[in-house]
Amino acid sequence: MIAVITACALVLGGAVSYGMVAFAAYQKQQSAPSGVAATHEADAKTGAAGPRIVFRDTAPGEDYGRVASVPLSDPKGTRTVTSLVCDRVYETEKYESCLQTDAGVVTTYTATLFDRASGDVVKKWGLPGLPSRTRISHDDKLVAFTSFVTGSAYATVGFSTATDIYSIADGHDYGNIEQFTLYLDGKVNTAADRNIWGVTFVPGDDDAFFATAATDGNTYLVRGSLSARTLTEVHETAECPSVSPDGTRVAFKVNISKTSTAYWSVAVMDLATGKVTMMPDKRDIDDQVEWLDDSTLLYGLPRAGTPGDYDIWETASDGSGSPSLLIPHAWSPAVITQ
Amino acid sequence: MYITLSDRGAKADPAQKGRVATRVSSTVIAMGIVSMFTDISSESVSAVLPLYITAAMGMSTIAYGFIDGLYQGVSAVVRIGGGWAADRSDQPKWVAFLGYGLSAVARVWLLFATGFGAVATVVAVDRIGKGIRTAPRDALITASSRPDNLGRSFGVHRMLDTVGAAIGPLLAFVILWVLPNGYRAIFVLSLAFAIIGVLILGVIVRNGHPAREAGRRPARRLWNVKDLRLPGMPRLLVATGALGLITVGDGFIYLVLQARSSFAAEWFPLLYVGTNVVFLALAIPLGRWADRIGRGRVFLFGHVALLVCYLVTTIPVGGIAITLLCLALLGAFYAATDGVLSALTAQLTPPESTASGIAATQTVTAIARLIASTGFGVLWFALGRQHAMELVAGLAVIALIASLVLLRPMLGVLHRSVELSPEFDE
Repeated sequence: MIAVITACALVLGGAVSYGMVAFAAYQKQQSAPSGVAATHEADAKTGAAGPRIVFRDTAPGEDYGRVASVPLSDPKGTRTVTSLVCDRVYETEKYESCLQTDAGVVTTYTATLFDRASGDVVKKWGLPGLPSRTRISHDDKLVAFTSFVTGSAYATVGFSTATDIYSIADGHDYGNIEQFTLYLDGKVNTAADRNIWGVTFVPGDDDAFFATAATDGNTYLVRGSLSARTLTEVHETAECPSVSPDGTRVAFKVNISKTSTAYWSVAVMDLATGKVTMMPDKRDIDDQVEWLDDSTLLYGLPRAGTPGDYDIWETASDGSGSPSLLIPHAWSPAVITQ
Repeated sequence: MYITLSDRGAKADPAQKGRVATRVSSTVIAMGIVSMFTDISSESVSAVLPLYITAAMGMSTIAYGFIDGLYQGVSAVVRIGGGWAADRSDQPKWVAFLGYGLSAVARVWLLFATGFGAVATVVAVDRIGKGIRTAPRDALITASSRPDNLGRSFGVHRMLDTVGAAIGPLLAFVILWVLPNGYRAIFVLSLAFAIIGVLILGVIVRNGHPAREAGRRPARRLWNVKDLRLPGMPRLLVATGALGLITVGDGFIYLVLQARSSFAAEWFPLLYVGTNVVFLALAIPLGRWADRIGRGRVFLFGHVALLVCYLVTTIPVGGIAITLLCLALLGAFYAATDGVLSALTAQLTPPESTASGIAATQTVTAIARLIASTGFGVLWFALGRQHAMELVAGLAVIALIASLVLLRPMLGVLHRSVELSPEFDE
């Protein structure tokens, strides 16, 4: 009996020592400067102004996870880092949407909409699981956010997402848009396993958006109408759409894998002609594209060998040329042009 | 002492009943502690697995959905085999040990797993271990208990087990809170708890031989469905199947609550903790109650609690009270059915086929619940949330009435159908 207790104490002691060593290493890394040129905002809530790219800083070190930005004119220049920590971020001139994991004894997930001028919270939502995507319409009227439905050993609904749209303009919460009527191939779809994720708003249109609908192992690009509460298929095999600033094209990721493990490439579809152009980047891209301008796409890719670190890459939207690194140690880009 | 309680029942002498009820075998408590450590180990990992796969490994959650499916599905298949091996060898402890050991080995593997395939394999191996150990473990609990405190023994075991299931995720999230990239630290700690569980089982838990101790010969043949053709067993299997078919899964109930109440939406990832807390609080009281009024009755009452929970979710009121009431009812449902079903099965089976019997009822339950949650998913979109819930509540009434009729002969029965030999009483 004593031998067993001793053995148990040794085993547990070993594990705890490992944890303490890991903690010490983490502390050391956290207090170290991140190794990328950065300035820290005095008024951390409001962040930088002017044309810029906002992103989540993933450089290992003290700034890890914080919202940062670089000037649009100098993306490789010194970044301005705020104190706000988000898993996924999107920003327009007026608002900032931040999806967070609130770690603690009990871990919860939230979506928060900030007013950038005042730094005040406009609205906050509890999320049913891990944060995934968020977008704000460029006219500042609508915000959308997607999370996974996870977080519990007993809640086994399988792969499931929840996507909400909220009207900032009139305060109306459209709720989970999974409840919208889904039309696939012209017919109403009532499948049990459908999921909706990755909203992108159509510039200059308060009612329209694109999103991903999935059912029975297939994905669809759908066009949504908030007033009619409908989602209508536009194209098959497309995920996480992103509408170009001029509204003529949609970029999305396409699962090109032949096995059950997904492997994504990015494609751009011309909405008028339906012509789809595959992008040259052959790496596995799991992100919602952001348009830098009408001819350039941005997306994040995990940095090989460093879990949790990402880089933002750019590529020409006509599929020409080859991708190039735009912002190292960064993830979840949002482009603000005005 | 020769134990047969066929003439005792609810009219037992209160003084004697009090004395018996206070004693739960040290083997049961040791098994409970083994399960507690093992659950801390497995639940701490499964709670952070989605985060680990998406955040740290940079994989998509679609891949996670696939892993999660594996996680749930694998164990049912090997469960029957585990039960049979325990009966045939008459060594449930060592068959269970194999299962616990396999899960511990999977944890070592997890430390070196990179990529989707490796994690999926580790998860599958862990679940195979769980499948192997469940029925032998319950057979050992049965062999270490008296027929009149079976419910209480299973209650004690499930209480400790659920304590582990509640501590595991909290521990994991505290580690991530202190150490945001501390997945490896969680895996190391998880391995440590798994080893502790295996150590306690291997060294401290008594090596029981249910059949031999009862003076009976262990089953010496290939798995045969005839072993389950015991009085009452077919009725029990049909009833558990019917009741399993109306058990749609907590996930859906949480989703209804989430849509109804902003409180539930905000705390969605933690609703299962609330259910667990009620489960562990009620496991012993309901187990004791089952020993008094009959395990079949409490098993049915548990499903009545589930039915009331369905009905509560259909009332058009939201708010905190409804959410808490539903969690309480769900917790009570688990406390009244999980260990109680094993106790009920044990009382119908002779010592040489207890593990097979328990494996059979558990597998029927698992498969029926899988069908139920898939089917309910279809109803969810075809009829909408509200009507789907109402329909399931209606079906639950029918299943309950059918089960009441089926289980009628065993409702008030407290003794084991097989009398136990003297050397059983240590």
